[in-house]
Amino acid sequence: MEKTKKEPLIHITKRREISKKNEWAIRLGSILIALIVCAIITTLTTDLNPISVYASMWRGSFGSERKIWALLKELSILLIISVALAPSFKMKFWNLGGGGQVMAGVLATTTCMILIGDSIPSGALIVISFVAALAAGAFWAFIPAFFKAKWNTNETLFTLMMNYVATQIVAYFIIKWEVPKGSGQIGMINQNTQAGWLPVIAGKQYLLAVIIAIIVTIIMYIYLRYTKHGYELSVVGESHNTAQYVGINVGKVIIRTLIFTGLLCGLTGWLLVAGTDHTMSTSLEGGRGFLGVMVAWLAHFNPIGMILSGLLLVFMSRGAGEISTAFGLNSSFGDILTGVILFFVIGSEFFINYQVHFRKSHRKEAADV
Amino acid sequence: MRNITKTFGSIVANHNVDLDIYKGEILSLLGENGSGKTTLMNMLAGIYYPDEGEILIDGKQVHISSPKDAYDYGIGMIHQHFKLVNVFTAAQNIILGLETDQGRKNSRFGKLDVESAKKRIREICDTYGFDVDPDQKVYDMSVSQKQTVEIVKVLYRGADILILDEPTAVLTPQETEKLFKVLRNMREAGKTMVIITHKLHEVEEISDRVAVLRKGEYIGDLITSETNAQEMTNMMVGREVKLNIDRPEPKNVKPRLKIKGLTVRSEDGILKLDDVSFTANTGEVLGIAGISGCGQKELLESIAGLQHIEKGDILFVEDDGSESSLVGMDPIEIDKKGVSLAFVPEDRLGMGLVASMDLADNMMLRSFRRKGSIAGFTDRKTPRELAEKVVNELEVVTPGIETPVRRLSGGNVQKVLVGREIAMNPTILMSAYAVRGLDINASYMIYDLINQQKERGVAVIFVGEDLDVLLELSDRILVLCAGKVSGIVDGRTADKNEVGLLMTRVGGGERGKN
Repeated sequence: MEKTKKEPLIHITKRREISKKNEWAIRLGSILIALIVCAIITTLTTDLNPISVYASMWRGSFGSERKIWALLKELSILLIISVALAPSFKMKFWNLGGGGQVMAGVLATTTCMILIGDSIPSGALIVISFVAALAAGAFWAFIPAFFKAKWNTNETLFTLMMNYVATQIVAYFIIKWEVPKGSGQIGMINQNTQAGWLPVIAGKQYLLAVIIAIIVTIIMYIYLRYTKHGYELSVVGESHNTAQYVGINVGKVIIRTLIFTGLLCGLTGWLLVAGTDHTMSTSLEGGRGFLGVMVAWLAHFNPIGMILSGLLLVFMSRGAGEISTAFGLNSSFGDILTGVILFFVIGSEFFINYQVHFRKSHRKEAADV
Repeated sequence: MRNITKTFGSIVANHNVDLDIYKGEILSLLGENGSGKTTLMNMLAGIYYPDEGEILIDGKQVHISSPKDAYDYGIGMIHQHFKLVNVFTAAQNIILGLETDQGRKNSRFGKLDVESAKKRIREICDTYGFDVDPDQKVYDMSVSQKQTVEIVKVLYRGADILILDEPTAVLTPQETEKLFKVLRNMREAGKTMVIITHKLHEVEEISDRVAVLRKGEYIGDLITSETNAQEMTNMMVGREVKLNIDRPEPKNVKPRLKIKGLTVRSEDGILKLDDVSFTANTGEVLGIAGISGCGQKELLESIAGLQHIEKGDILFVEDDGSESSLVGMDPIEIDKKGVSLAFVPEDRLGMGLVASMDLADNMMLRSFRRKGSIAGFTDRKTPRELAEKVVNELEVVTPGIETPVRRLSGGNVQKVLVGREIAMNPTILMSAYAVRGLDINASYMIYDLINQQKERGVAVIFVGEDLDVLLELSDRILVLCAGKVSGIVDGRTADKNEVGLLMTRVGGGERGKN
């Protein structure tokens, strides 16, 4: 009782409205601080000049035309997945199963290419595999949505588990179709006939993926913002009670939205197999189902914003790869830098919403007066 | 408290507030909603920390940065929403969070000494006249018993200054009387109490002194015995306000909605409405009274098509007298049938509106299904116009129609919701606790809107909690008690005690059912 209590050292208050300008200033400032921290870490641990490390990161993404195309391809694939996840997350359906839904599309495309690759014209095969991939992705997303709508199961665990199921089924078919026997991989599918391979537009192998990504992003932007479906799913996301109150069928909206997400994830799977990689492996999806969640969150589910957040993440990962080869560093070093930068970028959201006050020194205050 | 300022974002909850609390008095802290009463008291109780200013106790400056600090200074707060663990007994809740060695040397090895705690609880109860069974589980308790446990909890921790946040909001008149008796006993014993309230008659009844806050600023204090309701209201609102509610004579009264033997169970099988029957008429306000949780919510939701109805019928009566059942229809089907049913639910931001959407998008909730110029796309123009209209006509205070409704104050949120519902041109208007949490001005605007609808010939069903208001506004009052109709009385002739007794079913039963 007797001991005197001190004013707390720091206390935090919610910010009043913040202008767009300040918001971006905080974001850019946080990236700047992150770069400085990374520079200190680099100097301390590797004795390298941080400027040359950064330059090398830049070169990793923009160093040559080939590298720019590789960046664009990565960005396109990641962007479609992120955009696909946006309506689910906006509906507060925590869909961690983007990866599994992509793999469903991958498997469907591969199946079409292997089983009927020789018997029908390539053009027809492309159409059939496209439909199959979209249907497979949609089906994979429909299952957890149905259970959520009917019995209110936990979608986070459900979709997460569906990823492993999808990967295991893919693993099974890889062994079934492996070429050559015993290698544990499929190799290039239809390498000689190129049946089912997507056409190369204007001599640029990845241009088609880029175009599709742009179209999908614009469609999603319009869908979320201007359509009745988009409106319904945001109401469901905010409150099931409100949705029921105005007569929105919550279960129907959940299932419909997840099917849409699944369609686009299936599309990604189709692009990966028929368009860019022409093979199937269990790691083809490459963790993008999770990375896409981060891209979508960072952009607050605005598809246009996801172009920026996606670019940041792809740039970081390509840059990290570049410095590990250029300087002979362990590849984990790149991951450390990526981690530091993401930490600051995500952390900056806190400072956009809150303000931190430090304990004022009373003497100083008196002097101010 | 000296020069206290606290802001939340752009909202200034308290601005340079000076408040004195004297030992051994009951002080009423009076103010409209959003005037910063609770925030101010939360700073005493250690929930918030002031941005500026200082708190002095017995002339010494103190820093209270946690509820524990507050208890160390003898300050305890009973919050509006109880903070009790349902599956624990009263005694377990009371000692919850106290370190075992605090004041009880014989509890060794960290073992809880519940027996000696119970003994002390009984002592406290005997001293002040509480009625608490330390072994009763909280989930078995009525609201008033839970409140008692909260008060004992605070006393158990040695508080000399008790802050009660709207303690009577959830009590029946009889329970309120009991609470006031205990408060007076505590005053005799030298405790200091601060009661946060906006009910004037309670201020007059219980407190020695009243301090008034308006828009976060301290206005002044009055000795209760030297003032009256009108003076306090004027101080609270800042200008002259009339204190009576209009009640136009009902015109053209015809049955609009007939409820017959309605029985509804909650999802876990608990009987929520038990054989409820009544008729709602056009051009009439049917008030519904009852302790909260007696089936009011289920009743309105059943009519709106949001509840599964076990038994009974809901009949909509057309102008030509033909009747058709609404049972088993969802809100869209009811709407398609041509029944324009406006519903202002209790949970405004969780049900009636979408908190994070702006005003225009919230207007769209009722209209988005209508055909837009392009199929599948929403028409954004009409809702925008409606939002502008509601803002202008109902004087909604908002930076613009693109502001998320959660940023608005409670009264403005309600105006947005009521404005949208009335824009439907309803034939039936249902509202649940339409003025809960609203200040006097906003409340009277809502009463006026309800009366306008009544004069338009709408059948109004008004679920209320303040009996004084129900008695002034309603033409008839239906009293619900534990899911049953315990009586229907005439709003013009009934008196408060009669309704209060029906609410607890004393002398209720089958009387007055129609």
